Amino acid sequence: MDVEVLARLQFAFTIAFHYIYPPLSIGLGLLMVIMEGLYLRTGKKVYETMCRFWTRIFALTFGIGVATGIVMEFEFGTNWATYSRYVGDIFGSALAAEGIFAFALESGFLGVLLFGWNRVSSRVHFIATVGVFLGSMFSAIWITVANSWMQTPAGYHIVGEGMEARAEIVDFWAMVFNPSSMDRLSHVWIGAFLAGTFLVLSVHAYYLIRGRYVDLSRKAFKIALVVATVFSLSQLFTGHRNADMVGEHQPAKLAAMEGHWEASAPADLYVLGWVDEETETTAGLGVPGGLGFMLEQDFDAPVTGLQAFPEADRPERINAIFQFYHIMVAIGMALIGLTLAACYFWWRGTLFKQRWLLWVFVLAVVLPQLANQFGWYTAEMGRQPWVVYGLLRTSDALSNTVTANQVLFSLIGFTLIYILLLTLFIYLLNKKIKKGPYDESEIDDRPLQEEMARVAGGEI
Amino acid sequence: MKILFALVPFLFLTACGNDPGSGYSTIAGIDYPTLWFLVVGAVFTGYGILDGFDLGAGAWHLFFRKEESRRIALNAVGPVWDGNEVWLVIGGGTLFAGFPVVYATLFSAMYIPLMLFLFALIFRALSIEFRSKEPMLWWRSMWDVAYSVSSALLAFSLGVVLGNVLLGMPLNENMEFSGNWLSFLNPFAILVGLTALALFMMHGAIYLTMKTEGRLFARVNTLLQRSIIAFVLLFVLLTGYVLLYIPHLSDGLRANPFLLIVPVLSILSIANIPRLVSKQRYLLAFIFSALTVGLLLITAAMELYPVILLDSSGSGNNITVYNGVASNKSLGIMLTFVAIGGPLAIGYTAFVYKTFWGKVRLDEHSY
Ligand code: HDD
Ligand code: HEM
Ligand code: HEM
Repeated sequence: MDVEVLARLQFAFTIAFHYIYPPLSIGLGLLMVIMEGLYLRTGKKVYETMCRFWTRIFALTFGIGVATGIVMEFEFGTNWATYSRYVGDIFGSALAAEGIFAFALESGFLGVLLFGWNRVSSRVHFIATVGVFLGSMFSAIWITVANSWMQTPAGYHIVGEGMEARAEIVDFWAMVFNPSSMDRLSHVWIGAFLAGTFLVLSVHAYYLIRGRYVDLSRKAFKIALVVATVFSLSQLFTGHRNADMVGEHQPAKLAAMEGHWEASAPADLYVLGWVDEETETTAGLGVPGGLGFMLEQDFDAPVTGLQAFPEADRPERINAIFQFYHIMVAIGMALIGLTLAACYFWWRGTLFKQRWLLWVFVLAVVLPQLANQFGWYTAEMGRQPWVVYGLLRTSDALSNTVTANQVLFSLIGFTLIYILLLTLFIYLLNKKIKKGPYDESEIDDRPLQEEMARVAGGEI
Repeated sequence: MKILFALVPFLFLTACGNDPGSGYSTIAGIDYPTLWFLVVGAVFTGYGILDGFDLGAGAWHLFFRKEESRRIALNAVGPVWDGNEVWLVIGGGTLFAGFPVVYATLFSAMYIPLMLFLFALIFRALSIEFRSKEPMLWWRSMWDVAYSVSSALLAFSLGVVLGNVLLGMPLNENMEFSGNWLSFLNPFAILVGLTALALFMMHGAIYLTMKTEGRLFARVNTLLQRSIIAFVLLFVLLTGYVLLYIPHLSDGLRANPFLLIVPVLSILSIANIPRLVSKQRYLLAFIFSALTVGLLLITAAMELYPVILLDSSGSGNNITVYNGVASNKSLGIMLTFVAIGGPLAIGYTAFVYKTFWGKVRLDEHSY
């Protein structure tokens, strides 16, 4: 395989894997702040236990998020050297800001959050929790701004030519508030909140089904349900804003997302569909003219389609983009349905009797994760063949000196290590959940002591 | 008093200027590219000092035999290692932002050592996180080995990359690396790698003396003596090697003999460490080993400046602080970031260290 394919594969794989964890940390962070805040307000022990339990799980997601994030930061230089020279002035400064403002805050307070329970007052501990949560929110800001600039560049000019060409900042705030950054940031944040809250809902639903920690789980479930309902609904809104924005700034991407081929014609809004890239047609079930209605509030409005673009400027794999996008939207709708149903039963006072619903919540933990992943695939694959939209092609962005074998070596390395990582993560998560919120000790040394007694002299 | 505060922005504004030669702005006569060189240098120095001791402490891990000793040693770095690593993240970001050409060329040239570095970084985070979560002996021994080996490998590969930067590498007219992917593995870089490992192990051992008691403390003390000897031997060897074989690294000093003060200070600071250790003044010894890390990196930076990556092919395609740098605008913005964020970052770091000051106490939250 050639370097380009391998390098893209490696980038997609490592970032997709990274993106399993930060959303969990951001979402859990929000709930920990709420739980600990409730504890400080009411003084009820149950909230403290809850918060401590979720902090232990947070430690797990956070640790893996950090380890896989550093990989991303190095990968730009190692695999995408031409890209790094080209955008260093802009992308680099957002990344530097992320380190200085966000990660320093986050990791600084993390030690106190995880190990400080017996060392600082509960007020100071709460400040540490808020600090870590804000840090994780800030890191989402800068990285999303940087990525949005690649989608809709603004506030820059190009200097030099050929190999020397680089983008330089002219207007910093125009760069930060580029046309897509705020819409995408809100969508990313909310996606992260949903990932975290659905994990909390899943675990406590499981306890309730098993009849364990019933009082605590009911309280935790209700807290998370409120958060989940609010954000499922808001996600529909921010998602719509994103589609609007994409239609305005990246018409080729929107055409791919909806499988719309004719250069300029009314376009359908599909619920389900299949894109045939050979015949350049799309078959499916949808609202005729719906896309035009979404964009222009007019069912007859013509929408720019893929045929308006030369082949070389169209995204590849249109069907994949179409499917990823539609699955994400379907999941968004499913989350709204699910949370509203739960709220209805809560209002009727029968929420915790609906065992089937609790089972759905146990399994629903994967839905926001999938939506987050598929959302990114849509956004990133839809931007192709550009790495910086309209400015730099992905095929021109590589490191000229790195060979296919080198990339293959690292790709195999990351694949093996990440499989191990995921296995350990699931194993330990499962273990912590089995142990439950009341067993504070992280470590059970008894079997070890026995084993050590058997080894001569108790020395290992 | 208030007047004094009002003076600060005034002084600051009068200190700002413009260098007509390079076209870059200046603060107190120092132009932005040089200032940013100082910032990147300071962040990596901070990283070397902070992560240096936890990498060093990790490299010693297998030298402790008892389960409890290993847990104490591990928890000595438990609450701080992640915060220390952030300095690397900031270092990478500031390099990318300020010297994108250096970031791109150096990282793609050092592909293999950096990938090994990343693998080791992941394994290290995993072993800290996971080793104590299961009671089985095989589980813990496995992670103990992973922790120790990855810590040592990290220290070594940092040294190897630094060694290659000091040595320079063949660059073409696009300022891209034009050498062989294996050329990173040269004797000089390996020597710098070993010296970095020894230095960090000494630094880590001093840190552990402040965190341990009883028999473990005694054990750390013996290990510390050995690492001091190893480091001093390697350091002498390295200095000799530079003077004999890599003349370009001492050109700057020959031209400006008064700069010799920095290497002289580093040697004094190294000499001070065994003295303080024998007097059992461990905190001071730690400060001096931190100072040593700092002074050695400053010596290295001084010998390079204004070049960052030297073209060893002889065609003069050096990457300097002026031709590998971001725009004036971007540097100005980022200097503002550093002025705001830097003190905050130092504040959080100080807060964590204060909270966990003193000997390690294992409790239910420990690793
Ligand atoms: C800030 C930058 C950034 C961020 C936050 C993301 N990406 Fe991205 N992505 C890139 C920057 C980038 C890139 C550097 O621009 C790539 C590499 C090559 C390319 O074409 O774009 C890319 C490619 C890329 C591809 C390959 C597309 C193709 O070539 O067909 C996939 C599938 C993803 N990314 C997926 C993701 C996912 C799941 C993300 C979730 C976090 C994500 N990206 C976040
Ligand atoms: C190419 C893109 C990315 C790069 C280069 C990157 C870089 C990093 C780095 C270096 C770390 C470790 C920081 C530390 O040591 O504390 C990290 C962790 C983190 N990243 Fe990413 N990241 C990327 C994508 C994202 C995205 C898309 C998000 C969220 C929207 C995100 C959110 C976070 C958060 C919250 C953490 C803290 C650790 C955690 O919570 O799991 N990152 N990232
Ligand atoms: C409810 C219906 C939803 C709609 C209409 C929608 C719409 C969109 C659109 C149009 C994009 C592409 C933006 C771009 O290309 O720049 C996108 C991206 C994304 N979506 Fe959604 N979305 C929905 C639900 C969700 C849900 C429920 C989640 C997660 C829980 C999610 C997570 C993401 C993420 C992480 C991205 C990538 C970041 C971005 O580009 O903004 N989405 N979404």
